Amino acid sequence: MASTATAATAPHVAAHHQPTGLWSWITTVDHKRIGIMYGVVSFLWFLVGGLEALLVRVQLAVPNNTFISADLYNQLFTTHAVTMVFLALMPLTAAFFNFLVPLQIGARDVAFPRLNALSFWIFFFGGIYLNISFLLALVPGMGSQAPNGGWFAYPPVTTLAYNPGLNMDFYVLGLQIVGLSSIIASLNFIVTIINLRAPGMRLMRMPIFTWMVLITNVLIVTALAVFTIASTQLMFDRLFGTVFYDAARAGADPLLWQHLFWMFGHPEVYILILPIMGMVSEVLPTFSRKPLFGYNVMVFSGILIGWLGWGVWSHHMFATGLGPIADTFFSLATMLIAIPTGIKIFNWLGTMWGGAIRFTTAMLFAIGFIGMFTVGGISGVMHSVAPADLQQTDTYFVVAHIHYVFFGGTVMGLWAGMYYWYPKVFGRLMDERLGQVHFWLTLIGMNITFFPMHFLGLYGMPRRIFTYAEDLGFNEMNMLATLGSFLIGIGTLVFAINLFTAWKRGRIAGPNPWGASTLEWSIPSPPPEYNFRELPVVRSRMPLWEGDPTKEPGIPHGRRDEDTEDVTLAGTKVAELEYPDAESKMSAHDLGIHLPPPSYWPIVMAFGITLVFGMLIFRHAGGALHNLWYGSAVGLLLTVYSIYRWAFEPGH
Amino acid sequence: MDHAHAMSGHAAHPAHIDTSTGLDSRKMAFWGFIGSECLLFGSLIGTYMAYKGKSLVGPYPHDTVIDGQLVEGILNIPLTTISTFILLMSSVTMVLALSATQRGDRSWSVRWLLTTAFLGSIFLGCQVYEFTHFNHVGLKLGTNLFSSSFYLLTGFHGAHVTVGVIYLITLAFLGIRGRLGPEKALNVEIAGLYWHFVDVIWIVIFPLVYLIK
Repeated sequence: MASTATAATAPHVAAHHQPTGLWSWITTVDHKRIGIMYGVVSFLWFLVGGLEALLVRVQLAVPNNTFISADLYNQLFTTHAVTMVFLALMPLTAAFFNFLVPLQIGARDVAFPRLNALSFWIFFFGGIYLNISFLLALVPGMGSQAPNGGWFAYPPVTTLAYNPGLNMDFYVLGLQIVGLSSIIASLNFIVTIINLRAPGMRLMRMPIFTWMVLITNVLIVTALAVFTIASTQLMFDRLFGTVFYDAARAGADPLLWQHLFWMFGHPEVYILILPIMGMVSEVLPTFSRKPLFGYNVMVFSGILIGWLGWGVWSHHMFATGLGPIADTFFSLATMLIAIPTGIKIFNWLGTMWGGAIRFTTAMLFAIGFIGMFTVGGISGVMHSVAPADLQQTDTYFVVAHIHYVFFGGTVMGLWAGMYYWYPKVFGRLMDERLGQVHFWLTLIGMNITFFPMHFLGLYGMPRRIFTYAEDLGFNEMNMLATLGSFLIGIGTLVFAINLFTAWKRGRIAGPNPWGASTLEWSIPSPPPEYNFRELPVVRSRMPLWEGDPTKEPGIPHGRRDEDTEDVTLAGTKVAELEYPDAESKMSAHDLGIHLPPPSYWPIVMAFGITLVFGMLIFRHAGGALHNLWYGSAVGLLLTVYSIYRWAFEPGH
Repeated sequence: MDHAHAMSGHAAHPAHIDTSTGLDSRKMAFWGFIGSECLLFGSLIGTYMAYKGKSLVGPYPHDTVIDGQLVEGILNIPLTTISTFILLMSSVTMVLALSATQRGDRSWSVRWLLTTAFLGSIFLGCQVYEFTHFNHVGLKLGTNLFSSSFYLLTGFHGAHVTVGVIYLITLAFLGIRGRLGPEKALNVEIAGLYWHFVDVIWIVIFPLVYLIK
């Protein structure tokens, strides 16, 4: 009775039937499903990027090795970096943004659900497109054509005159596709965080992770725009004959690219670390049973890092001879960043100080993050000293630094987040024993791999060389690094097995297995499609750690116990808590919650956009194939058509 | 029945009318987009400035003396001044279009939208003429640093104007079909934001490229 009346009065709410199976994933606009897809796809890319790193390490294990050719080596180290930065780590953080931000701020979805799907599908196609370059090896007479000029792609060596293959075309075209995805997603998250907060959630009551996501996305929107222009210029140089980077013929300034690239490239470093700092700042308080130490300072130091991150790009260019004034400025600015970063590190220590610490895998990774990131941060401060940097530039010392920051920092922090939020996403806990094995293999493996690189660098081993002579004293430490990299590989395998088996066989988690304090833990795991049955009203920074009259407000009252389920919240065991939203069987429709219907226009438009850039590669093909580049016009038409269908789609 | 009533109430509203800030989400996203666009144009403008006067061969943008010989500049300043004026006037008609839409004057809303699109098209026509002429006298994409940075900067801006013209015509079309009442004024306002932004960027580009020698 009620349902017929509903159908009659509000046809477009009831009319759309929910698709099932694969089609439901292709057309989904649910931020949680999009988050899961981001997570799965980017984890697969992480494995691919890791494999590329292992091939590089095998080649470098012994001197004068001929395991792979110099050409393939160039492609592997370039693609390793591009894959890890653009296809693995950034989208892995995006997976967390997608899944968690609406839950943490008490919203039903992001501000623009279809735009969110569009970002994912552009990233999806862009990743495949970039890696087609490797698959060209299967075409007879082609050979692998993956990007080979470093992820920084300095011209003139990446211009057509010196790099005539398709390699760097794949780079400029593929990264424009992927970059577009990031910009669109970031605009969406900025608006979501500012505009869709639950009643009472003032900015300074937002979970710290959400705060760091906000800062990160502001950085993405601004920094990637600069990179888009730089790569557009290189694209025009390579495909349409402009002379932006033609130093020999037109007198172009190669430093222009370096400035534009690092204006993006340095904020990019903070794009990859700020969300991780946010995650760790959620994990540490939960497992220390203490509120985050110095929340306000943590927020402001995050903002400061983002702000200063824009003013240090030239420290990547000390070796180019910018002159004493520029060098001094950028040295000082770089040293300055150590202050907010140091504040964060001490605040994390302060959070743990005196807490009832539980060493779960998530906590171990978070603590590992602090240690390893500090090592990377300190070698970073060493780079900020311009004269010292001249010695370190283009040596393995820089490789050691960047991997302590990206692997010891970003990856370890991401894994902490994975173990921490996995039960929320899939409703089941990951195996703690396998987790501990994963942690120790990763920690030991990464130190064996990357620590010797500091010495290799100071001994003078240059980066990006495909082999080295026997008598330089590099042999032992290179072998050590290769062995370490395989330890990381085994650890990652354990992790993958854990991720996969926990999905079906893990222990049932319940809404709040860790006794955490933020809103996402107040709803069932996995959350129902509408997230919150009633939008929560927020009265404090830690909604689930408030309300026990016997204790100070805002102080956690969960006590440490042997088993996670036995952790108590407000006197009740977590596993036995009654949650208003616990009837997750009820659909949004039953509850009268309007959710946007699924749509396939995001994937169609993403395909169109990929064609626009992708087909340009045929500008360089000979013969009849050359005409295929008009396919980019077809892509443009498809994009415009989908924009119109999108704009007038009913129910949105 | 109560339930059904509540539901239809839900459906009648746009998804997130009650936002934390009270600002419409689409409008906020558009401001963010404009922020990103500032960096896009900023990089192009930066490139143009870095390469200003660094071209090794002609044609040059402005009159230049080389070996005691006056080489005439290629830019047609009077023509572009006129087209600039027309583009700026289109911002006025854009405001009039928004105002007409807001007070529910449908016929003037359509007229001003089409006028704005028409003025934008004149600007584009001038740019097409300019590019064709330059190409004709030998300023190709890859002739020198000036040509590369000029074509990409002004071409990128022209592409934005083109998108804007299509956007405005679409809105005018909706207006003709009677689907652009005062309740939809936000759509016109957002289009206006875009249009004014594109104009403002031209106000930066015009002096930089055409007036400053």
